[in-house]
Amino acid sequence: MAECPGGSSARAAARPARRTAPRTADDAPPVVLRARGLRKRYGDLEAVAGIDFSVRRGECFGMLGPNGAGKSTTMRMIYRASPIDEGSLEILGLEAAGGHNDRAIKRRIGVVPQEDSLDQELTVRENLEVFARFYGLRGETGRARAEALLAFVKLRDKAEVRVGALSGGMRRRLMVARGLLSEPELLVLDEPTTGLDPQARQGLWERLRALRRGGTTLLLTTHYMDEAEQLCDRLVIMDRGRIVAEGAPRALIAAHLPPHVIELHMDTAGALPEAVAALGDAIERSELLSDRILLYLHDPDAVLSQLAHALPEAEVLVRRSTLEDVFLKLTGRRLEEG
Amino acid sequence: MRAGFDPAIVWAVWMRNFTVYRRTWVMNILPNFFEPLLYLVGLGLGLGAYLEGPLHGPAYVAFIGPGLMAAAAMNGASFETTYNMFVRMTFSRLYEAYLGTPALVQDVVLGELLWATTRALAYGCAFLLVLLGFDLAGYRVVTSWWALALPPVLALIGACFALIGQCFTSLIRVIDLYAYYYTLFLTPLFLFSGIFFHVSRFPFGEQIAWCTPLYHSVRLCRGLSQGAVGLEQLVSALWLLGVSAVLFAIVPRRLRERLVR
Ligand SMILES: Nc1ncnc2c1ncn2[C@@H]1O[C@H](COP(=O)(O)OP(=O)(O)O)[C@@H](O)[C@H]1O
Ligand SMILES: [Mg+2]
Repeated sequence: MAECPGGSSARAAARPARRTAPRTADDAPPVVLRARGLRKRYGDLEAVAGIDFSVRRGECFGMLGPNGAGKSTTMRMIYRASPIDEGSLEILGLEAAGGHNDRAIKRRIGVVPQEDSLDQELTVRENLEVFARFYGLRGETGRARAEALLAFVKLRDKAEVRVGALSGGMRRRLMVARGLLSEPELLVLDEPTTGLDPQARQGLWERLRALRRGGTTLLLTTHYMDEAEQLCDRLVIMDRGRIVAEGAPRALIAAHLPPHVIELHMDTAGALPEAVAALGDAIERSELLSDRILLYLHDPDAVLSQLAHALPEAEVLVRRSTLEDVFLKLTGRRLEEG
Repeated sequence: MRAGFDPAIVWAVWMRNFTVYRRTWVMNILPNFFEPLLYLVGLGLGLGAYLEGPLHGPAYVAFIGPGLMAAAAMNGASFETTYNMFVRMTFSRLYEAYLGTPALVQDVVLGELLWATTRALAYGCAFLLVLLGFDLAGYRVVTSWWALALPPVLALIGACFALIGQCFTSLIRVIDLYAYYYTLFLTPLFLFSGIFFHVSRFPFGEQIAWCTPLYHSVRLCRGLSQGAVGLEQLVSALWLLGVSAVLFAIVPRRLRERLVR
């Protein structure tokens, strides 16, 4: 059994692996999805307030943002479960706005919606075989595809079990398998790991990496910054319907913040202590939170001893800057707060 | 209708329901034989014995038999496109899953319609078999070769009621409202569509009943069973066809507004 089911591995073989052949501007893979001024309102609420982004073939593209940022609305417009109010959205060369290409677009993408929508009345295998018919795969072809996907998501020994008896991680993997029935060029996943325990998340990440190695373009949303850092080649950070930052995870951090953070945990973090102010230019940026102070800087070693001396009561932690810090800087809010 | 229907997907929707019901097929179909028996024995033989005149005794069995067959088709279709469809659309998110595939709303509507029609046909034909059994026992319930046209007519009745149910389902947000659909719509139809007595005994009974679907279903089934086929039956068939066509034009649009937001 091949790592990846069916055609995606064939597609991967047809072109050089992205990671081994560093690309220049000229030989960059083609764009498979491009949004321009994309908008969607619900009554007075602008759920997606004019966003622009593009996804290239073979990459894993992430949308990071708190609850209510507009991630699902964007995904729903992409997989044609939601009409587009304004702007353009080109998917695999087809224009999605207006809805005239809905069927053609849906035939070529795979969808893993945010909410669990597995068929509770069917077994694991039946879930795949029944949905295979929606892609015109009948009889032996459908059964073979279902079997290959069961192997891919490691659910073969659960094949005859009713869906209700699966764990959360298994249900998600089955949702992914269902999304792969059409051997899609682009797989759209809306918060694929939300609510999963750490092991189940790792298991799912590993399958998604295998898919990407096979050449499938992945577009996923998440509100976990570690997930975005781990999986995504490029990402956008969304907040209140807008894109507030865009780029590769490390580049994004480098563009917005110094590489290191010193966290000072203390009980009385009301104002910046004089000791910190005294550090002067060494601190490039500081952030006051209710229970701690974040100091962004290039060279933590130089100031650590000074701080330990001046603020002996504070608990000090040194770490690298993260996407969450970028989000905090750009919006003044934490990702989990929503 | 945008992009028309995809027959493979319509079939896939039908097959999903069939896959679920296949497991309990035998168990599901058995009650459909008991129900007509109960009505025919209880009302036909029991109540019929007290009647005088042309509907006395065995004649009452023959009178109500075909109408009850129409009601069986009505019930078979109704449950599918009311409670079952509502659950698939909301709690189980099944339609959301369908729409993540190349399926468009109209494929789902047509697949569900055909499935509900299939169940109506199964209910109706089970009833027909019981009626034929009564014939063997000497009752004169199904007496005409026109009865060969009953299966397609039962399917038409099923389709019409399936669409009425779908239309109602597309309008409501809470499942409790089906109680009104059943007690204020289907039950009155069952009682006042000429199954048990001629509706003309009420003032304007005939005129009011003419506007409702079960009246035409009963008129068709009775006519075909007993060879009284004329203009009335043609009008009834056209009535059911016409109403079905209108609803079929409306329902996909209503559901699209609801599901694709
Ligand atoms: N069908 C809808 N009707 C009205 N408001 C909606 C609907 N879907 C989403 N919204 C609103 O749009 C905003 C963005 O929602 P969503 O795209 O689900 O965010 P996210 O997936 O990033 O959490 C939220 O404020 C949400 O309440
Ligand atoms: Mg969401």
